[in-house]
Amino acid sequence: MNLRKTTVILFAAAITTAPLAMRGQSPQKATQLTIRVAPDFTKPALDGKTVHLATYRGKLVLLNFWATWCGPCLTEIPRFNTWQTKYGPQGLQIIGVSMDDDSAPVQKAARKLQFTYPVVMGDEHLGEQYGGVLGLPISYLIGPDGKVLARYQGDTDLSQMEARIQSLVQSLNR
Amino acid sequence: MVLFRIKPHRHPLFLLAAILIALQTHLSLAQNQHVPASSIPTADLIQPAELAASLQSASPKPLILQVGSHILFAEAHIPGSEYAGPAGQDTGTLKDRVATLAKDTPIVLYCGCCPWGRCPHIAPAYNLLHSEGFTHLKVLYISDNFGTDWVNKGYPVEKGR
Repeated sequence: MNLRKTTVILFAAAITTAPLAMRGQSPQKATQLTIRVAPDFTKPALDGKTVHLATYRGKLVLLNFWATWCGPCLTEIPRFNTWQTKYGPQGLQIIGVSMDDDSAPVQKAARKLQFTYPVVMGDEHLGEQYGGVLGLPISYLIGPDGKVLARYQGDTDLSQMEARIQSLVQSLNR
Repeated sequence: MVLFRIKPHRHPLFLLAAILIALQTHLSLAQNQHVPASSIPTADLIQPAELAASLQSASPKPLILQVGSHILFAEAHIPGSEYAGPAGQDTGTLKDRVATLAKDTPIVLYCGCCPWGRCPHIAPAYNLLHSEGFTHLKVLYISDNFGTDWVNKGYPVEKGR
């Protein structure tokens, strides 16, 4: 095979496999809902303030269960940081719930991740209330009336999630 | 041929392809700093349906160890299983748990914290016990997570730490 053909094949292979290398596997869409209304909770955030879910009524809430050892979770967080800054003024509130067994690694990770939204420590009781957090990441999109609009689990299509958020915050501001 | 008037290995398309491939390799390595679950030999995997059936049988049960998150274990775990620490974080809990066991003890390891290919715990747990010389070692293959592949399938669970 001549070098021109080799180069073209190499280039085509690089272009077509790039997205696979970056994601690892095919992204998931929103999954079936197991709860209709988001269970309320009050928990201290990493910054010492208190997070009470019910006080965010009127906003669109993205509740993200994650952990420091969860690779797919760490992929999502920089995007969530951007969304909080971008859509926060329009009514989006992201809340992180760490399912780590203790807060030390979370505090350490928080210094690196530079969260733009509050993060609380979760536990099995909160996980059970949310229909079982038995695999990470899991995110719930909660409407301004407290109803659960969508549930995302595993490697999620973040572009699709952002499009949904964009559409919902627009309807909040109409 | 316009394409090769310059030296082939310096052609922009060739260089671009080389850069892209190097970038992909870098990204793949960065994402797989943990030992990938795919490194576990297929012969040492056990499917959820097979393990669930063996739990129902009268035959002696293997020692079942969960090697991921304690919170997820407390929410739901396989009846009779024990929590053995997050193997990906090398806490020493798993090594301590098996220290006095005979090397031919039947052991099943499982996690289910994340999709199989992204699990940070299961391969380190397998590698540790394998290097310790355990000969009757199986790993529960959980494709997506413990909720989807075990609980939602209706297989038995217990709660609590």
